[in-house]
Amino acid sequence: MDATIIGAWVATGLTLFIFSFLYKDNPLFKLAENLYVGVSVGYTIVKTYDTVIVHLIWKPIVENQEWTLLIPVAIGLLMLTRYVPKAAWLSRYAFAFIVGVGAGLAIPRTVSSFILKQIEDTIRPLLMLVPGEGVTFSWNLMNPASSVNVIIVLIGVSSVLFYFFFSVEHSGPGKMVARTGVMFLMIAFGAAFGYTVMARMSLLIGRLTDLIEYSDPSYGRPTLWLTLVTIGTLIVLSRRSRSEPPDSH
Amino acid sequence: MIFLRRQLPLLITMITGLIFAGQYYVPHPASEQLLTSATKWLQIIGGFALVLGVTSLFQVHAAKIRRKEAGWGYSMVLYAGMLGTMAVGWWANGKESVEGVSTAFGWVYNFMMVPLQGTMFAILAFFIASAAYRSFRARSREAAVLLIAAVIVMMGRVPLGEYLVPVSGDISQWILNVLNASVRRAILIGVSLGAVALSFKIIFGVERSYLGGGKE
Repeated sequence: MDATIIGAWVATGLTLFIFSFLYKDNPLFKLAENLYVGVSVGYTIVKTYDTVIVHLIWKPIVENQEWTLLIPVAIGLLMLTRYVPKAAWLSRYAFAFIVGVGAGLAIPRTVSSFILKQIEDTIRPLLMLVPGEGVTFSWNLMNPASSVNVIIVLIGVSSVLFYFFFSVEHSGPGKMVARTGVMFLMIAFGAAFGYTVMARMSLLIGRLTDLIEYSDPSYGRPTLWLTLVTIGTLIVLSRRSRSEPPDSH
Repeated sequence: MIFLRRQLPLLITMITGLIFAGQYYVPHPASEQLLTSATKWLQIIGGFALVLGVTSLFQVHAAKIRRKEAGWGYSMVLYAGMLGTMAVGWWANGKESVEGVSTAFGWVYNFMMVPLQGTMFAILAFFIASAAYRSFRARSREAAVLLIAAVIVMMGRVPLGEYLVPVSGDISQWILNVLNASVRRAILIGVSLGAVALSFKIIFGVERSYLGGGKE
């Protein structure tokens, strides 16, 4: 049998097993769930072995004699001393190195990209110089760089930052600014929610498209047969759990 | 011994932290080379960290199987999935396809991992919808604003929404590009200030929880 046809049956079965969770938690879903964890971990191990051991350690050392790479290997091996209680403290050197390098790299890059650059993009000129029209104030909402949007972004960033600034009491004019910040936050949370829902819908459409494709006779109609098998199994499991006394587990 | 166990790790953190913070301000090829090497070193060390995680997963499920705990059969499925994928992965030298032809590892990726991952995230669509129904009822002004923003963005991202309300696409885009962007920017600035403060605390040894507890 062709590997694609077997693949179609496996993919359809696993998709239906996961969808069976919409009915309730059941052994078919648990089987697919554990298989997912196992396959994902196995895939990550193979990819990490290929990237790290083969391409970053073995080949550079054997082919280019980059012996300095033995230092990170030694640091990495120190991590594994956590399994030897008496020598577990040696793993601190590995963590100290990683955390130190990470913290050092983070400071200038975060200040530059995520603080100064963001502030620079928030405080932009209100008036634009348009050739032929001179200095203008743009009311075009659809252009994120328009003057009116510059004001809205400035109000949004300032009010949200003020809302999270707890060193002064949010009363009087401060209360109004904080309330404005809350409104901006609610709009952003709503937008993020809507965006996430539509992304999940897109995945759902992708899975359903595959199920429709695999209902084709050229694959042996796995969608049809496996849907029947899944529903039948769920009915049998449901009847069995109903007939069993609740304290039998 | 306290120097080796406690003070030397803090010293390593401080020295490496200061070197790599300073590296950003040194526009010299040697400085760039240092950054490239450090990135490679961190990738290598990260690979060993994976060993810690996988060993832990192995131990948890091995104990379940040994004690024949409830659901131990699923742990066997997990082991089979993991070992099977590793076997075909190494057999195919970690490649999903060779000269355009899918390997056994590629088959596992295309017909097992992709459907499993896609469906696992796809069912969240149903749970999000159900959660939204329960929590989105406009009980307050804030909830109403959140609900309206979510509905507009959802309508603006499907042809049906744009067909029913032609301006929904433009409004959705404006919400995402202007209102949402301003909030994200404010949150990013706040988080970054916190990250910088934490990095300084780590480098100067004020924050040392990453060293773990145990004996000095």
